Amino acid sequence: MALCLSLGSMVHAAAIYPIDRAAILAGSKFDFKVEFDQVVQAQDITLTVNGGDAKKILGATPKLISNEDGLNASSLILRDVILAKPGSYTLVASAPGQRLEVTWEVYPTGPRKAKNVILFIGDGMTIANRTAARILSKGIKEGKYFGKLSFDDMPNMALVGTSGVDSIITDSANSMSAYTTGHKSSVNALGVYVSRAKDNFDHPKVETITEIVKRKTDMAVGIVSDAEIEDATPAGMVAHTRRRSEKAVIAEQLFLSRADVIMGGGSAYFLPQSVPGSKRKDSNNFIDLFKFDGFEFATTDQEMKDAAAKPKTTKLLGLYHPENMDGALDRYFLHKNTVEQFPNQPDLTDMTRAAIQVLSRNKNGFVLMVEAGLIDKFNHPLDWERSVYDTIMLSNAVQVAKDFAAKHHDTLILVTPDHTHGASIVGTIDDSKPGPDMRNKVGVYEDAGYPNYPAANKDGYPESVDVSKRLAFFYGNTPDYYETYQPKLDGTFVPAIKLSKDGPYVANPAYKDLPGAVLRVGNLPQSADTGTHTADDGLLTAMGPGSERIHGFIDNTEVFRTMVDALGLAPVSTKADLRKSKK
Amino acid sequence: MRDGALKRRALGAWALGGLAAATGAWAAPSGAVKITFAELYKSRTVMGMAFSDRTLQLAGKPVAIAGYMAPPLKAESNFFVLTRQPVSICPFCSSDADWPLDIVVVYLSGTVETLQDGSPINVIGTLQVGSSVDAATGFVSQLRVADARVQPL
Repeated sequence: MALCLSLGSMVHAAAIYPIDRAAILAGSKFDFKVEFDQVVQAQDITLTVNGGDAKKILGATPKLISNEDGLNASSLILRDVILAKPGSYTLVASAPGQRLEVTWEVYPTGPRKAKNVILFIGDGMTIANRTAARILSKGIKEGKYFGKLSFDDMPNMALVGTSGVDSIITDSANSMSAYTTGHKSSVNALGVYVSRAKDNFDHPKVETITEIVKRKTDMAVGIVSDAEIEDATPAGMVAHTRRRSEKAVIAEQLFLSRADVIMGGGSAYFLPQSVPGSKRKDSNNFIDLFKFDGFEFATTDQEMKDAAAKPKTTKLLGLYHPENMDGALDRYFLHKNTVEQFPNQPDLTDMTRAAIQVLSRNKNGFVLMVEAGLIDKFNHPLDWERSVYDTIMLSNAVQVAKDFAAKHHDTLILVTPDHTHGASIVGTIDDSKPGPDMRNKVGVYEDAGYPNYPAANKDGYPESVDVSKRLAFFYGNTPDYYETYQPKLDGTFVPAIKLSKDGPYVANPAYKDLPGAVLRVGNLPQSADTGTHTADDGLLTAMGPGSERIHGFIDNTEVFRTMVDALGLAPVSTKADLRKSKK
Repeated sequence: MRDGALKRRALGAWALGGLAAATGAWAAPSGAVKITFAELYKSRTVMGMAFSDRTLQLAGKPVAIAGYMAPPLKAESNFFVLTRQPVSICPFCSSDADWPLDIVVVYLSGTVETLQDGSPINVIGTLQVGSSVDAATGFVSQLRVADARVQPL
């Protein structure tokens, strides 16, 4: 029976993990699993690797689970496999009536060429985010911009394919997993291949870059985000779970990871359940646990800066909000959402600076991940101004890294989205155009001209988005919503809500009576409350040693390979291996 | 729908409230002090939320609080969760959904079977303040109304 992986995972379909065409870093750990579609006996199973005895290559005999989770089907499992020798590995698993086959590429790296790696994730940062951020932040006249975003001039650029095992559309979990493990995964999953195991924590694991670095080197690791620190993107640096929603466990996995700098929102999962505002279901106090482990602890911008400045600080936990932090447009200008309640939130630019300050004290180098997580969290509810202001913020944060790299040339910097959104700039909206209908105030072609945002301030932000000639920035994939053609000055847009518990998402009536508001019937399923991710390629830019691998179109797993190659985490030792590594 | 309506009449005419909140000029039964969701907590920081002085003063006393009944764990439960706004996703049904942080757990003398979830209601009973774990379900709550009865709004 041939293995048809393209059908996606059905409950009883046979499978081998890692999947066919997996690219595996030599010396990295992974769980090996074979799922047969029926009950089989040990004596009836044949397992070969490159035609020979599997046990010799895998290091041990996989354990047989006769009846996995009551499914009347057997599995083989062997955890923590390491393949040290680069090359092609073809695995064949046979049982009566079926034959499964996968081929893996185990690859080495070159020698270490980067001391530090900084990976910036603009979550959901689609091309329109970049263009709008450049227009607003740098200005444009007669067709030419007056400046570029900090990541615009990086010497290497590639389109990135973001699809996952199960779907052309990814979410932030499996897309981040591709960057942090080099293995594809499935929507909502982190650091595992999604198998038929019922327990979220029982799926075959793959090793994260944090684990590899901590196991093989004495480098420091930093994880920084303005979203909840247990959210998918930062979680991707450490987590192994079928469900990204297991945030309480992810907080624990952050603690156990031995990452040195951990900063973001999401304090609710660090507080014991006895504290009002906690989202934990146990009595663990992770703030205390981190402090007992020698971490400095900060809850405000000033505390962060003070802690980072102390020369003895090598471990820093910063929690600046119980949930997601607030974005730049609210913190600096509109003061909506939770800015009044949490007035001391740091900016991602300063978080990046503080993280680098602490991590660079480690003489062995560091791996730092910084996420501008709200670009996506604002694109989803079609709140483009908030999303674009955080794109400008990301440009400022990347500048901090570039300034560091200018003095530390052995630093690889990558800036990329994890996936994209369905947004585009189609022209301008000019309030002075005649007539009552807002759509006739949309200027296209020569009628678009240029918007009239005020010139950006010294931090790159125009001080008002409420201008009379603004960008016509629209999303192509939406639920039903009321298009107001205006910025959402009172708080983040909520495009659709449920009017009854079991009903569909409908256009949020709160916006119905705003002047010029028009119902726009959506094209997404009625179970969707916001816009969704798209399969469009992401745009990645890179600079520094190891960035030469970034060009053309690459699969997102290649980002992992670029980082581990730059760090020399599986260096070749013989001439024969050197020939193989030149691919 | 008919059977349900008859059941409700037989049990003393619980009226089915509409979805519109009608918190207007409702006066609490004598003895019970009215408290609103907005008054329950005085602050929210990175380190958690703090009960308001009013909440602490009313601990152990009869109170009346208006809100919305969230979808119950089971129809025969003797408790339900009271929320400030109607909850559209059932957190008991989906592990992805978080409960709002300011929920109040209501323990009834009878069962919740006859109540329409999603309707605005008033809950009258004894306020209990502080973290507690429900013995039967493991559900954790910060605030509870015990020996409660419910009135439609």
